Amino acid sequence: MRKLLAAILVILLWNACKFNTGNKKTLPILGSRQTATKMVNGQSVTDTIYQTIPAIHYINQYGDSVTNKNLEGNIYVADFFFTTCPSICPIMQRNMLNVYNAFKDSAGFKIVSYTIDPQHDSVPVLKKYADKLGISGNTWWLVQGPKDATYTIAKSYLVSVEEKNPAGEYIHDGFFILIDKQKRIRGTYDGTKAEEVSKLIEDIKMLKAEPASATSK
Amino acid sequence: MKLKIIAGIGLLLVILIVSCQSEEQLEFDRYYSAGSIVYQSRCQNCHGAKGEGLQALMPPLTDSAFLKANRALLSCSVKYGLNGKVSISKKIFEGQMPPNDLAPIEIANVLTYVTNSFGNKMGTITSQQVEIDLRKCR
Repeated sequence: MRKLLAAILVILLWNACKFNTGNKKTLPILGSRQTATKMVNGQSVTDTIYQTIPAIHYINQYGDSVTNKNLEGNIYVADFFFTTCPSICPIMQRNMLNVYNAFKDSAGFKIVSYTIDPQHDSVPVLKKYADKLGISGNTWWLVQGPKDATYTIAKSYLVSVEEKNPAGEYIHDGFFILIDKQKRIRGTYDGTKAEEVSKLIEDIKMLKAEPASATSK
Repeated sequence: MKLKIIAGIGLLLVILIVSCQSEEQLEFDRYYSAGSIVYQSRCQNCHGAKGEGLQALMPPLTDSAFLKANRALLSCSVKYGLNGKVSISKKIFEGQMPPNDLAPIEIANVLTYVTNSFGNKMGTITSQQVEIDLRKCR
């Protein structure tokens, strides 16, 4: 009995110490991962390969092309929407505006909203929508591209989007996805919930403060 | 004996309070509280928890003058949606408001809620009134 108590005490103490000396909190890296073993200087080194966002070719509300190159060195938040969406989009946009307002003046941060209805959401439609939303500059891009590509890319953001249902509505979930400079997924947040979006804002600050060494691992 | 007196006074007070709340007030309260639930599920996404709307995309519900002037049209707008341009709070809004398949009583509930929240004060909009208004929808 006494031994057991002692063991519990030791475990408790060890955990307490670990908590105190632990590194600064970092965000997890989400998505699937693989390991790759390669030879470096005659020694075999195993690396973890994390899921990343593949190359994209889109056009934003200004008619400018948006590729991975334009996003290089940026942390960004992605979501999926369409301008005529009557259901969850307005509340998502209301919440995303909070994110926009928090970071619109800070370098190295972007928001990328993919339209899932490119046929309707042409560049002029997106521009008009952006104007009405009250966003300007190059912090928040509303992008459009081939529908198939968008449906495929959604999967790599762990987001589900579906074709129009019989009622003529697109089904898409309202997640905001946080992507780091290495194009890895660092968080998913329900964009329809104000408190989750507040957490996203905090997490972006944390991710911005993450040292380069930690992110280049 | 004392207990009886206290109980009697208590009962009197209760009767007094209840009778102060007129039938009309009770009806209003019923409409208003039911309306807040309809609002949350059918309107709040676009129009916001405080009826603030969304930038220049979704009109706010705080324009009391507009609501008063269009009182008889509100039921139609809720039921059949809106299309085209409207001027609300000195801003032009265009686009579509989707129709809402609601019963007259639900429309009355939600209209009573909206027209008596967010700084508006228009009293009860009854389901009888909604039915009359709906017949005149274009």
